[in-house]
Amino acid sequence: MPTLNHFLVLSGLLFAIGTAGVFLRRNLITILLSIEIMLNAVNLTFVAVGRHLGTVDGQIITFFVMTVAAAEAAVGLAIVIQLFRLRESLNPDAFTSLKW
Amino acid sequence: MDLSLFYLFGALTVAASFFVIAQRNPMHSVILLIASFIGLAGLYVLLDAPFTAVTQIIVYAGAIMVLFLFVVMLLNAPREDPPVVDPRRPLLSAGPRRIGGVLSLVFLAEIVWAFSRVPTTAMNDAPGIGDRVSSVAAIGLEIFTTHTFAFEATSVLILVAMVGAVVLARKNL
Amino acid sequence: MDIITIAQFVVLGLAFFIALNSAAINVLLERKLAGFLQQRLGPYRTGPWGLLQPVADIVKLLFKEELRPKAADAFLFNLAPILAATAAFASFAVVPFGPSIDFFGLLPEAIKLQAADVNVGVLVVFAVTSMGVYGVVLAGWSSNSKYSLIGGLRSSAQMISYELSYGTALAAVILMANSLSLREIVDAQQGTWFGIIPKWYIIPQFFGFFVFMTAGIAETNRAPFDFPEAEQELVAGYHTEYSSFRFALFFLAEYVNMTLVSAIAVCLYFGGWHGPFLEGGYQSLWWFAKVFALLFFYIWMRWTLPRYRYDQLMHFGWKFLLPLAIINLLLTAAGVLYWS
Repeated sequence: MPTLNHFLVLSGLLFAIGTAGVFLRRNLITILLSIEIMLNAVNLTFVAVGRHLGTVDGQIITFFVMTVAAAEAAVGLAIVIQLFRLRESLNPDAFTSLKW
Repeated sequence: MDLSLFYLFGALTVAASFFVIAQRNPMHSVILLIASFIGLAGLYVLLDAPFTAVTQIIVYAGAIMVLFLFVVMLLNAPREDPPVVDPRRPLLSAGPRRIGGVLSLVFLAEIVWAFSRVPTTAMNDAPGIGDRVSSVAAIGLEIFTTHTFAFEATSVLILVAMVGAVVLARKNL
Repeated sequence: MDIITIAQFVVLGLAFFIALNSAAINVLLERKLAGFLQQRLGPYRTGPWGLLQPVADIVKLLFKEELRPKAADAFLFNLAPILAATAAFASFAVVPFGPSIDFFGLLPEAIKLQAADVNVGVLVVFAVTSMGVYGVVLAGWSSNSKYSLIGGLRSSAQMISYELSYGTALAAVILMANSLSLREIVDAQQGTWFGIIPKWYIIPQFFGFFVFMTAGIAETNRAPFDFPEAEQELVAGYHTEYSSFRFALFFLAEYVNMTLVSAIAVCLYFGGWHGPFLEGGYQSLWWFAKVFALLFFYIWMRWTLPRYRYDQLMHFGWKFLLPLAIINLLLTAAGVLYWS
């Protein structure tokens, strides 16, 4: 029977993979995907701890996270499409005109 | 039995997530992320949360990822662009980017260190806890009573996101 | 291994057998019915009355040459048909096809004629069906051909649009049965009103059934909603570039999906295996008869109705079917509140 620590370490691993993706990748879509990985790592923690405490609250927070993720994906991808129309590129470094 | 299933699904999730960020084709990344979500759904089943597992597949793997797939298909950008070489912006070149990788490794080490300090906690095995947690009726009751405000707030959020996406996707912004 | 476990494996094998063979039966049924509906005989040379036609078809498909376009994405090109077929078969794990039986007293206790009785069965079917769209989309994209790409895009747009109505129709049934388990939903429909009208959900949920079946036909890409493979415009849509065994997998997935939608419709709206005259394990015959009748309906539709236009399809899905499904859901909720 896996212990609570198993799930926590796994979710930590996933979260680290997600942050590495945000740091390392140069593609807006892959960066959005990495954010999804991080959200899922958090979800896993919520569900595992909720199971441990014997409440459904962990799962409920997971549903809210999923809803937020759906909203984020919809708006984020719409922005990505607009940016691509503007510069013909998905590289985040191509959109630095507001930086000095 | 449960432990081997945990390792199976955990390995699937971690390996798939790793290759999402470890290769350059966004199409393959999307597919691998779906595989990772399926592994996560398996873990949720192990945690007595079948409803969350199914929702994970319907919402994440079935809806959000189709959206990503659509965008990748429509933009038809199968490869990652080469790095921008701009002498005025040294921070955007490949070298400093590696610092990001090191940072995430440090972050991983920190997480593993933090969790290794937590004493090993066996899953709560009180009788009936599995049934209580996996009950769809209990989840529904909680969402619509205790968490009513959060529920209503999310529906407003969805409306806002919908309007935002429609406005953003117009031809002449 | 005790005898109960062995029996459960037998039931699992039976579910797979039903799914696999339904494809062969569908092929034969479709060819024969197409013949009759067009005043022809249909195939009659392969075996008596053409009964061996599915075997001939499969042998023909297997012995064809495997082709892969040079510019195709090899990994995804191979993955797509596997995904499509797996998604089609996986849902059968939760479909109940008979009551609990003890195999004529062979077993110490009765086991369920269902591979796995999951307490969120309806949602499992919904989730696995929503995975099926990836097979089609990936096939369209990875072939690197314009017909395939347009077929894949159309198909995904169609499946996403109709999935909403499909899910909303399901929700109304779930409200009435007060359960997400397919077995409990079926059992909620046993008995009769006034001793003559069966308590099937098709009667209170007629509009729900209409939405479900229409969306189901659209989900499985069958005529009159077969845009992804509209021959006159798209050659063969998403599987234009597929041949031999990979094509056979798509073919199989389509027919198994037809059976799946029919089987789910039988469980949700036609009382599953409940019917008059038969008792015990023989009740399964009712289930088979009902599924067969719905498959007949499916094929009848295909050879009777012309194909919609694409904008008409979207118009129909979003502006008619979805509002109808939502109104049906609201009325059902009100009714459940009032009568409970």
